[in-house]
Amino acid sequence: MSDTTRPGHAPAVPTRAGDPLAPDGARPVDLGRLRERLSQQRGAAYWRSLDELAETVEFQEFLRKEFPRQAAPLEASFDRRDFLKLLGASLALGGLGACARPPQPHEKIVPYVRAPEDTIPGRPEFYATAALDGGYAEGILAESHQGRPTRVEGNPDHPASLGAAHAITSATVLSLYDPDRSQQLLQRGSPRSWTQFAAAMADALGALTDGPRLRLLTETVTSPTLAAEIRALLAAHPGAAWHQWDPLHADGAVAGLRAAFGEDLAPVYDLSRADVVVSFGADFTQVGPGRLRYAKDFARRRRVRSADDDMNRLWQIESTPTPTGSLADHRVALAPADVAALAAWLARELGVADAPAAALPARVEPSWADALAADLRDHRGRSALFAGADQPAAVHALVHALNHELGNVGHAVRYVAPVAAAPALHHDGLRDLVADLRAGAVELLVIVGANPAFTAPADLGFADAMALARTTVHAGEYLDETGRDATWHVPSTHALEAWGDARAFDGSVTIQQPLFAPFYGGKSDLELLQALLGRPERSGYEVIRDAWRERVSGDFEAFWRRSLHLGVVDGSAAPTREVTRRPLDLTLPVGDDLVVHFHPDHALADGRHANNGWLQELPRPFSKLTWDNAAIVAPATAERLDVRSHDRLALRADGVEVIVPVWVQPGQAPDVISVALGFGRAAAGRVGDGVGTDVYPLRTAAQPWARAVRAERARGRHRLATTQIHHSLEGTGERRHIVRAGTLAELRQDPAHPKFVHPVTHPVSDITPDWTYDSYAWGMVVDMTVCTGCNACVTACQSENNVPIVGKEQVIIGREMHWIRVDAYYRGDLDDPSFYNMPVACQHCEKAPCEPVCPVAATVHDAEGLNVMVYNRCVGTRYCANNCPYKVRRFNYLQFAELAVNATELSLAHNPDVTVRSRGVMEKCTYCVQRISSARIQANNQGRRIRDGEVVTACQSACPSEAIVFGDLNDPASAVVAAKASVLDYKLLEELNTVPRTSYLARVGNPHPAVTGASAAAPAEAGTEGVL
Amino acid sequence: MAVIAGAPRRGLETNRVIAPGQTAGMIDDVVNTPVLVGPQRTPTWWWLLFALSLSLLGLYLVSIVRLVTVGVGIFGNNQPVSWAMPIINFVWWIGIGHAGTLISAALLLFRQPWRTSINRFAEAMTIFAVVCAGLYPILHLGRPWVFYWLMPYPNTFGMWPNFRSPLTWDMFAISAYASVSLLFWFIGLIPDLATLRDSAKSRFQRLVYGALALGWNGSAKAWQRYMRAYLLLAAISFPLVLSVHSTIALDFAVSQVPGWNNTIMPPYFVAGAVFAGFAMVLLLAVPLRRAFGLERLITLRHLDNAAKLMLATGLIVVYGYGVELFYAWYSGVEFEVFMAYNRVLGADHWWAFWALILCNFVAIQPLWFRRVRQSPWALFVISIFVSIGMWLERFVIIVVSLTKDFLPSSWGNYVPTFWDWALYLGSFGLFGTLFLIFIRLLPSIATTEMKELAHHDAHHGSDAYETIREAYYRGEVRA
Amino acid sequence: MPQIFPPNANAFVRWALVGGGLFVGLLIVALPIYARTVNNAVRVPVAQPVAFPHNLHVEALGIDCRYCHTSVEVAASANVPPTQTCMTCHSQVRVGDPQLAAVAASWESDRPLAWNRVHDLGAYVYFDHSAHVNNGVGCSTCHGRIDQMTGIWKNEPMTMGWCLECHRAPERFVRPRSEVFNMAYVPPADQLTLGAELVAAYHIDANHLVQCSVCHR
Repeated sequence: MSDTTRPGHAPAVPTRAGDPLAPDGARPVDLGRLRERLSQQRGAAYWRSLDELAETVEFQEFLRKEFPRQAAPLEASFDRRDFLKLLGASLALGGLGACARPPQPHEKIVPYVRAPEDTIPGRPEFYATAALDGGYAEGILAESHQGRPTRVEGNPDHPASLGAAHAITSATVLSLYDPDRSQQLLQRGSPRSWTQFAAAMADALGALTDGPRLRLLTETVTSPTLAAEIRALLAAHPGAAWHQWDPLHADGAVAGLRAAFGEDLAPVYDLSRADVVVSFGADFTQVGPGRLRYAKDFARRRRVRSADDDMNRLWQIESTPTPTGSLADHRVALAPADVAALAAWLARELGVADAPAAALPARVEPSWADALAADLRDHRGRSALFAGADQPAAVHALVHALNHELGNVGHAVRYVAPVAAAPALHHDGLRDLVADLRAGAVELLVIVGANPAFTAPADLGFADAMALARTTVHAGEYLDETGRDATWHVPSTHALEAWGDARAFDGSVTIQQPLFAPFYGGKSDLELLQALLGRPERSGYEVIRDAWRERVSGDFEAFWRRSLHLGVVDGSAAPTREVTRRPLDLTLPVGDDLVVHFHPDHALADGRHANNGWLQELPRPFSKLTWDNAAIVAPATAERLDVRSHDRLALRADGVEVIVPVWVQPGQAPDVISVALGFGRAAAGRVGDGVGTDVYPLRTAAQPWARAVRAERARGRHRLATTQIHHSLEGTGERRHIVRAGTLAELRQDPAHPKFVHPVTHPVSDITPDWTYDSYAWGMVVDMTVCTGCNACVTACQSENNVPIVGKEQVIIGREMHWIRVDAYYRGDLDDPSFYNMPVACQHCEKAPCEPVCPVAATVHDAEGLNVMVYNRCVGTRYCANNCPYKVRRFNYLQFAELAVNATELSLAHNPDVTVRSRGVMEKCTYCVQRISSARIQANNQGRRIRDGEVVTACQSACPSEAIVFGDLNDPASAVVAAKASVLDYKLLEELNTVPRTSYLARVGNPHPAVTGASAAAPAEAGTEGVL
Repeated sequence: MAVIAGAPRRGLETNRVIAPGQTAGMIDDVVNTPVLVGPQRTPTWWWLLFALSLSLLGLYLVSIVRLVTVGVGIFGNNQPVSWAMPIINFVWWIGIGHAGTLISAALLLFRQPWRTSINRFAEAMTIFAVVCAGLYPILHLGRPWVFYWLMPYPNTFGMWPNFRSPLTWDMFAISAYASVSLLFWFIGLIPDLATLRDSAKSRFQRLVYGALALGWNGSAKAWQRYMRAYLLLAAISFPLVLSVHSTIALDFAVSQVPGWNNTIMPPYFVAGAVFAGFAMVLLLAVPLRRAFGLERLITLRHLDNAAKLMLATGLIVVYGYGVELFYAWYSGVEFEVFMAYNRVLGADHWWAFWALILCNFVAIQPLWFRRVRQSPWALFVISIFVSIGMWLERFVIIVVSLTKDFLPSSWGNYVPTFWDWALYLGSFGLFGTLFLIFIRLLPSIATTEMKELAHHDAHHGSDAYETIREAYYRGEVRA
Repeated sequence: MPQIFPPNANAFVRWALVGGGLFVGLLIVALPIYARTVNNAVRVPVAQPVAFPHNLHVEALGIDCRYCHTSVEVAASANVPPTQTCMTCHSQVRVGDPQLAAVAASWESDRPLAWNRVHDLGAYVYFDHSAHVNNGVGCSTCHGRIDQMTGIWKNEPMTMGWCLECHRAPERFVRPRSEVFNMAYVPPADQLTLGAELVAAYHIDANHLVQCSVCHR
């Protein structure tokens, strides 16, 4: 790593000497002394961040050692298998240290040598850049503490995020510091320098004979600059070819657009203009370009505060429950082939003459289908239809035809020139590449980012074919399945480490800026291209600046500063393109008796995030599964196959057998077995290896998303770890009035006192005096009408509040630490229930049951209404947790968090403004008190009150559907006061007279009047129904 | 009846509070002699039991080291079951620690002659049980090394503990109970220690017992002071018997966990404590009188009365169960109703409730029969049932209530770990070790008081109703 | 029967009791004192890599606190100055002075000076300098006459109880903002009345100052 070249110095990027983490030449390190320092930390002592440690010279270098795994403290990083063992080891130190404090050596204060002008020590800075999802940009603001990125939030100025962040995006800081990331440029396993690599590439390219000898395999590229560099490379080598591979790429969408319009386009939706939304298997708030923006627009159009408000209607046709589908007013679970059939039926029904004829699927009530058609007819030009990424070309084409036919184009739907640099059918492209490899035609194969050895369809046999190329180069953040087999492996940079640019769903461009120099070394894709183009010394910074200098006219520096500051290039959104429909010639997929249906994992996507503990332990929607994927089957299918949850199911197709644990999921389509991709990694890292089951072997290039399968119960059971035990509520559920739900119609019948919000009245009985608040009184409202249960709040909170993960075994015992959880409730029958998501964090009760019972006053009510938890006072009686009816308190049964004694690079992701809790203390949601405090201090220093919206909690900022409102109840003008004024406002378990400050807005549905027994119509019965 | 047939050495058995014709000398022989004999003449059974206790004590210490170094995570506790076996065991032991003081204090105040022969070892049992109990709340803290933050002391934080918390009350209640019981026990011991001092053979014994006897000289003045002090302490400790377990009951009654917040908790816990306490007294008395041949002093009359008290308190406890269920139904509160349902018929823990009914209700019914009450080994077996039943009672109240409370999303389950059991069994080691040392080195019967009783008996008979009771027991008279 | 104990045994026991009582009393007095002074290294000079004399720079040269501790008014940390700051003068003044060798070395080698922390609060305490200096808490209130110190030491115990002395009654200590950096400031006789006025003027919410969440997060 001594040959690390720093990126150029942009105005906003502090990577100067003295910056604790800026790498420079390796100096001799005294590991012994460092271990000593670490071990001398007293166990019970909390510490705010690694800064105190990091600012010592030894530590700076130590962090950059090329072999961190050899260093003892790092062995304590999250390894599921050794987790408890390690806890024991480190806590022998930690705990005993706390009994009798050993004499402390003086802590060191290490100031800068040359202070960067624009940093104030202790004050975080925020940089606007972008994170990529499937190649598409989502604007983020990255928080940096003296050059140490600790937190990622959405960029309010970016059209694709509007301030929201997906669960995966919030978790990216943990991946940034992942010690398992690739840290060394390798040639067949032996270390090489960048210059050696560049030389080798020059030779290889020089030796290329004509013909298709050079092959480039990238993921979806939206970056104009990267695309230009690639084209330059292709131009330099005639016959060279560029393939793209992203296992989750929606080939159907590309093919569908070509079928419908005969050209490559990109659809852009504006859901603020859609009264009726119909989704054919599209989880449009979670998956695909524009997901966050769509979630915002959809929620804004759906939110109801009073009977006067209007709301849209969602028809969801899908095979497996999705967060988007959980909000549906009408949902039907169909096998993939039936989804296509229904689309075709609907198209014919609505006058798409050239749509293929199809009968209405058996599971769809004719009345239901008629109502759907009628609803769309009634809302011509005011509806929007979606097709899911996993849908075949036919469905996409039909959806475009329908949007066209219904006159939605130009209103809720518009088309722009493709955002991807080179729209392509990835599966076909990969098939061609494999064919050429087998033909021995490829001399140099350069794989950038993709991991085809793991993700390619099994029938292509990519891994074997790859070996046939003379030289293979793999650039990736991890030495993954592909990197291990490649001739050369080049460590790639993380999105927060590199200069680059990328385009969002609507074409707008973000120039990505690094927060610090590559932490583990590594080269950006642009820099890799430079090596191939024979100018290896050129930094990504120069490439990007030169590229944009050519593109913009006028004052470049002004443009540059503004673009970096905004996080998006002004006016770069793509213009609307007029489209003309082509006659359709479509063939519908045929159904099978039993099909396996693949979907990207909610947290791991295609498996690239497998080594991120936060994401592994993220409870998946509805099932609340962690640390595993499962064969999701409908109750009916479970009976048919004679399996129960935690059983093992053998899936067989064409001689391939994969054994997956079973999860019985209400709302799953019958005879469809859904499995999440991305598990069972072999080379993910210490956290991700061997977690779950790899189902890629079942996937084929011809049928990447669904195929016929035979399934039978396999011997033995597999204990799945869920954060909610699923019960049938033995009838008690509906009498608890936990989830309150009704319909817009019911609300309008009784606008003042809708019955479903307060089914029973609870007299307030209270003997304790009320609190009075003369300054601020914080409160929160959660709108259940728009909460999709997408978990964005969970990882946001985890990152903001240093919430540790506990590992699979501890989740099974029931010790997960998440401060905010999303409770899943179902209503209705097992096969076709309605879903309810209820985010629950500490309710900050006025009359908190936890407060009086704590013997040491470690949890108390404060003058601003917070129920504060004082970790350093807590002795751990856990009485408060018993007495909390909401069960939101979390106890550190073991040393889950990384303290000085078991610190790893991952500790660098800690938020320095929040105490890292040691074992033996209780913790819980604080309403992000650290944010309140900093806002208060700032306001106070400026002699003013905190303004509404100045304090934004982590969960609130991340929420894509703005379901969480937080603010000062003493400020009559605040948004939270307005929200609490709604007739839908109710308090969870209000009969206990705990008077929570967090209240909920009852779930409101908008079913079509023509549909009888509409799921959302009847009052909700709370209950995670009978998966037993 | 088999139980009766099994009853040993009927010759010695009597229904009087003391066998006829007992003299001071005889009492000394049977009680003090075994205490004063040299180690080489210690009975083998004692060594065996002592070895067993020591090994369990070892397990106890290992568990504690593991607990402090790794954390409470070694137990099965989780969300939502934050309290589990350590607290069950705490309440169980503290309950056992009730009979002693009740017998010695309450019965003394009520002038019950039958307390005399069983109070000494019952008090010892109380103290040792309280020691076992008292350690649990500290050990199950997340950070045991700062347990003293519960106490009000001048600190640099400028903080007081939270006096509203029942756990703070516990701290005071238990420490008060422990210290008073200890004092009461020791004061009672002084004259006996003096006796031991005077009849001791070796100089070492004389030194030790002499020092402990605090220079007791048997003067009238000493006796008069002694009696007054003893009576005062009895008056002080009697209310404690009721207060301690009431306070502990408040830990639950004050909370709002369904199945915990019942106003009946305090009286019902106290009754349960006496119930469990007498069970333990019998568990110790039956082998003890056999081992040291104390049948003449700890007579069937004592066993009979203890059994009667056990039956009475047992029925109060069972009434408590009934009332809890009635409350749940009558309250009409969904959470309470479901909790009751879950206890009795719930899928996970119905067995615990019915096992507890078996042990605490069914098993004590034979005590209605005198022949059972008078059969030591039958009582021994029933007492074992009761002890298990009382443990199960705490399991049902604490764990089962916590597993399924308000929000179904947060319902959970509980599985004890190896270390849960290790710490529990280990506490028997602690108790056994202390108790064995006690019976070996101190008189397990209050000899001075027994001599008084013997004297009184010789001149006035054991009590006014003696003859008629004898006749009744012999079956010659019907009530 | 022979006596076991000598006649004076009883007297011995009595005196033992008295002595024990006295000893316990002594502990009760001594321990709190120990906890507040020695245990906190109050007024114990701390050696530093560079023997920086505050008195010379402040008293003799009259340099303002904020010249080096730049962020004290705007951030939580008062900021220990970068070597750069030293070099602004010492690139001209007393160049090559052996006492300044470490500073020069740091500047040359680009390796920061590692100072020894003097005021070492628990890491769970979130102290904010700006919140204090902007509300009339003077440097000397907590740091003592640091302007007169040749070396550097902690002038106050910095225990939670000590913090609460002011947080519970700020009017006892606040001074006019103008006087915050005046090391020689002496509170007036009517401090309590003045303090009360200032507390009102600066909108100091005394009720809020005693909340746990003010310092602990």
